[in-house]
Amino acid sequence: MLLLKCITMTMKFLDCPPRFLFFTGKGGVGKTSIACSSAIDLTAAGRRVLLVSTDPASNVGQVFGISIGSQITPILTVPGLFALEIDPQDAAAQYRERIVGPVRGLLPQSVLSTIEEQLSGACTTEIAAFDEFTSLLTDQALYADYDHIVFDTAPTGHTIRMLQLPGAWSGFLEEAKGDASCLGPLAGLAKQRSKYKEAVEALCDPMRTRMILVSRAQQTALREVARTFGELMAIGIPQQYLVINGLLASSESSADALAAAITSREQAAMSGMPELLKALPTDRIPLKAFNMVGLEALRHLLSETDAQYPASVNKPVILNAPALSLLVDDIAADGHGLVMFMGKGGVGKTTLAAALAIELAHRGLPVHLSTSDPAAHLIETVTDTLENLLVSRIDPQVETERYRREVLDSKGAQLDGEGRALLEEDLRSPCTEEIAVFQAFSRIIGEADRKFVVMDTAPTGHTLLLLDATGAYHREFTRQAGRNALYNVTPMMQMQDRKQTKVLIVTLAETTPVLEAATLQEDLRRASIEPWAWIINNSVAAAVTSSPLLRERAMNELAEIDAVAQQHASRYAVVPLLKEEPVGDRALRSLIYANDGG
Amino acid sequence: MKGIQVFDPALCCSTGVCGTDVDQSLVNFAADVDWAKQNGIVIERFNLAKEPLSFAENPVVKCFLEEAGHEALPLILVDGKVIVAGRYPNRSELARWAGYTPPSESKGCSGKCCC
Repeated sequence: MLLLKCITMTMKFLDCPPRFLFFTGKGGVGKTSIACSSAIDLTAAGRRVLLVSTDPASNVGQVFGISIGSQITPILTVPGLFALEIDPQDAAAQYRERIVGPVRGLLPQSVLSTIEEQLSGACTTEIAAFDEFTSLLTDQALYADYDHIVFDTAPTGHTIRMLQLPGAWSGFLEEAKGDASCLGPLAGLAKQRSKYKEAVEALCDPMRTRMILVSRAQQTALREVARTFGELMAIGIPQQYLVINGLLASSESSADALAAAITSREQAAMSGMPELLKALPTDRIPLKAFNMVGLEALRHLLSETDAQYPASVNKPVILNAPALSLLVDDIAADGHGLVMFMGKGGVGKTTLAAALAIELAHRGLPVHLSTSDPAAHLIETVTDTLENLLVSRIDPQVETERYRREVLDSKGAQLDGEGRALLEEDLRSPCTEEIAVFQAFSRIIGEADRKFVVMDTAPTGHTLLLLDATGAYHREFTRQAGRNALYNVTPMMQMQDRKQTKVLIVTLAETTPVLEAATLQEDLRRASIEPWAWIINNSVAAAVTSSPLLRERAMNELAEIDAVAQQHASRYAVVPLLKEEPVGDRALRSLIYANDGG
Repeated sequence: MKGIQVFDPALCCSTGVCGTDVDQSLVNFAADVDWAKQNGIVIERFNLAKEPLSFAENPVVKCFLEEAGHEALPLILVDGKVIVAGRYPNRSELARWAGYTPPSESKGCSGKCCC
């Protein structure tokens, strides 16, 4: 193997970089921008770099003003830089086609549909994307062509563990018949077992691979990053770096109350960061006024430059968007029903669910708020005073752990060592948490025929389809429905019924979160569940600020809000970014009316 | 000895942990298949979600899917003939169908199974 000479870079995560750089973090934290900037900076230091984007919303081509796609393409404006875009959905679709294509026309359509649904989960997408990575990690020819390969995403701990599990291999790639859920997709893949092994070895070798965790300075985001860190550590990836992106400069906070509030919230999140993360080499990237599009912007992302504000930020941003109160009136008019807030972690589902529950209770309606946020302190002060509000918690970690232990103790009792290892790994798949939460969830939703049940979590369409089609649940329910058709519906049937259920999709006014929400909506539609409304939370455009940086961000939000209003949602509301996290009765209710008449 | 073929429904995982409740019959069956293989019984499993071609290329299975639907799986064939559908067999059935006579010491067999 060729050894690279060390180069010194300003950013710690780029200093003396190994061959492979992986950026990982949740959607909207700026992984793609940082990956692009890193690639540009490395070429400026004389390196030849291949940039690999797996962002389904990849704007790498747009950034460089060319179309890239699935072929390695030279970026002529940046000598030494090459790029490749992998669409994970596309990779998964191709994989599905490899399985389903040969039997199309041979088997009944209903059979094909169940197969396709089985292969539509997050696991399939991830493994299919990993398959695309494999050759990049193992192809010796690429070693000669490029000094570094920069990935704007990384495989999850679950995927890597699946690939490491020796028992899984002996069951799968040798006989193509095995027992672990996430290896299912692997069985249909073309690549060789030894290639996967090599790829995992490369990932776990600190001389070759560096994992860079990207986060915003937010409590929930940092908690999530700490979990990822622990997972990667546990599978033997010790070399990890932390990047805190988009920190608001404290100079902004002197003149503006909102900016001051954000700064102090970010500082609190940073000092309250999990200890594990504090020990990591960390870089902080300040929030820039410019949008991360175009070569110039990216050249300056990782360097200290004075912000140049366009003239527009001298004026406040005007947003004409409906407030949450309009949606609440419609919901209240039903008198009862199931209201579910759905969306990625960190978009504010718990806060919004709590606000709605309190508002409905204040209007004299009976409400059961069920929250999955283990730190749901928002409502603690409220529950004593409102008689018609009941609050319960579903802690995903507790539910998942209980489910795991239950299954291992009861169903896994007779298995041998290898069989048990496979079952244990199956139980660590992301699906398991969904199922465990779903079980807790389905205990409550039946109450929605006489009161409001407000939930800050919900199963995905994929989970519902799987459980409805193959689970014992469906059989049980259909058997009972034969006798007593009026009173028995499956949770999926209940969620499909628009008279009983309103699904609210929560997102942020940023590119990736909006795209992720649109994907979620598609997933629900596959299960014949039509989201009732979208809520854009934490909007700077809906808030009042005089900070030039925040006004610039507000400007950038407008296009995203427009996309939600025009393309995605049948109805929507915008909730402003608040100075303080709303806690307690008054603050939460004011959320409903914020932005009213704005 | 006769060959046994098991055509599973489209399972996310054949341990069944993806269901609302883990199906004990799947977990047991996985263990029974393992036992059968160790005792030299020829037994193959096909998961509809992974190898649909094996279903389509077998006229008996294809016909079964067309008539009864995938909801009626699993389907168990012995030497190509349908022997059971809609449930998983137990260890003694596997042994009987395969024509396997366990050693009298009942090695690898717990007291509860009737061998």
